[in-house]
Amino acid sequence: MRAPSSDLFSKGCTAVAAAVLMTAALSLPAHAAGTLNVLTWCDHEDPSLLQPFEAADDVKVNFKDIGSTADALAILGQSKPGDWDVIVLDETDTGRLERMGLLAPLHKADYPFSTIPAAIANPKLTSVDGTLYTVPEKFGYNTVAFNTTAVPGSAMANIQAPWDPKYKGRVAVYDYYVPEIQYAALALGLNPDKITPADFPALKAKLLALKANAAMVGDVTTVQQALTTGAVDILVGGGEWVTAGIQADSPNLTYTIPAQGGIRWQQGLGIFAASKNKPLGVKFIQYILSPEGQAKLATSSCYWGMPANTQAALTPAQKADLRWDNQPSYIRHSFPYIQMTPTLDKQLQALWAEVMQGK
Amino acid sequence: MTSRTPPAGLIFALPALLWVGLFFLVPVLIMVGYSLHPLDQSGAPGPLSLADYTAFFAEPAYVQALINSVITTLIVVAISTCLAYPFAWCIACIVPKKYQRLALLAAILPFWTSYVVRSYAWLLALSPVGAVNKALLALHLIGHPLMFAYNPQATEFGFIHFFLMLNTLTIYASLTQINPRYELAARDLGASAWRSFVTITLPLSIPGVAVGAFLTIVLCIGDYVTPQILGGFRELLLPQLIMMQIQRQLDLPMASAMSLLLTVLVALAYVALQRWLRMARL
Repeated sequence: MRAPSSDLFSKGCTAVAAAVLMTAALSLPAHAAGTLNVLTWCDHEDPSLLQPFEAADDVKVNFKDIGSTADALAILGQSKPGDWDVIVLDETDTGRLERMGLLAPLHKADYPFSTIPAAIANPKLTSVDGTLYTVPEKFGYNTVAFNTTAVPGSAMANIQAPWDPKYKGRVAVYDYYVPEIQYAALALGLNPDKITPADFPALKAKLLALKANAAMVGDVTTVQQALTTGAVDILVGGGEWVTAGIQADSPNLTYTIPAQGGIRWQQGLGIFAASKNKPLGVKFIQYILSPEGQAKLATSSCYWGMPANTQAALTPAQKADLRWDNQPSYIRHSFPYIQMTPTLDKQLQALWAEVMQGK
Repeated sequence: MTSRTPPAGLIFALPALLWVGLFFLVPVLIMVGYSLHPLDQSGAPGPLSLADYTAFFAEPAYVQALINSVITTLIVVAISTCLAYPFAWCIACIVPKKYQRLALLAAILPFWTSYVVRSYAWLLALSPVGAVNKALLALHLIGHPLMFAYNPQATEFGFIHFFLMLNTLTIYASLTQINPRYELAARDLGASAWRSFVTITLPLSIPGVAVGAFLTIVLCIGDYVTPQILGGFRELLLPQLIMMQIQRQLDLPMASAMSLLLTVLVALAYVALQRWLRMARL
């Protein structure tokens, strides 16, 4: 048996130290001049979206993928103030991040609010006490997506359809509890903007009935897979984010907003209060809100969604896939995510857990 | 003058102790600290309190998730052990020595695929439009697709496929360490094949069974991927509940409290199996 030589030992230590340093370096934002550090969702990561901005301003966008605002908070907790410049967020979290002192105030005049529909520019989602903190960039719906070869569109115009025993075992439910609980509220004739604990027993019963009729409840990938493979015909919580990007391959998949209404998701961009790169952050948001940036963001390879700016440079075919002409009606008939407080969030999550455990 | 030197055993154990201290004890202590400071109304850690633990036990759906995790783990341990034992025994005792490596390679082949990919592969096979239903329909054995996926049984199936191989390896390793002369001596003294197996081979292979069972408990009770992909949320397991705390709210105190409960369960399993192993050696 040979003992390890001291040379081998020192080489090993060097290799371990180098690996540790490289890992640490990769997880930190870059600080080179002309670098914008962005915490972003997957739909902002296409090179075709970022390259025109990088080329025009001679900058590098250093992005870190996040799946939720909670992911962003976890990363911020391990970073120094000023490490990150821009964040993509679910606009229902604007108030939450502002209360934590994380967001910088923005100037409305810097952004094309005149071409953003009023309901999307809603200050309830973008502002706190009259001050703008996030700019809406993309939205869509958590309503019902379905397979037109198996389910008639006319039937899906009624929000109660997924509860119909006729479709037992052919329904999938998206597992994000906020829009699903709000959707059940709509089906009960309640105002999804004003859910209180008094509504929970009825909501629980309605959601349990939906679960009993459904084949499965699952995350984004699982429910998309179920709908596209034909394992289910109806996806409650689905929308253009499931069907629009795959119209060429699956023209039989579509979505609608029932007569009783639907739930609307909306994402926006904000600049961190501690950012040392605010002017570049403003330029980035302006680029994303430009007609060119909006078209690329709306048709991202990760998922499609409606651009907030009505001037988005989309082709007629892309507009058709996104149901462009239906948008005024869809926006009128849909409700944004409920304004969340930590207490309400915990209550809704506990309600969802009870539904998932229920038979 | 006398010089005090640390015992040689301690010096040799120091790297391992440091490793365990840095990468197990310190993280566990951090989690304990987090779990005792529940989030306040602003979302910041509040004062020292057991509120998250009491909130956990006050919510029946959360307690049910804990119970579901324990039941699922016990089912998986029982079935995978029962299936793995004869498989391992066949490889160790029946398959000729020169083919044993090949048999083991075949057994561990599924491990070459990513865990997530393997779970999705099972979903594709078990779903209503999957290969299993298509085959049964083509053979006219069923009239309409059966729901093999999206339920707790599918989760257990996915787990068993994975842990069957793990248990096979640990039991095989244990069986090959048994001196074959013990069984030969028993047979010479007139014991039947079954009696020599029950009285000699099985007791001596218990350490391998226990190691496999413990590894299965550790990996199964904390697994998030398989129930998420195959389970269809028919019932929640505790790891899924932990992810719910983190994904939306970043409620690290509640997630830590739940994770510590899982750690306690694993520790209890270790104590139980350790005791059993000692008894087996008597």
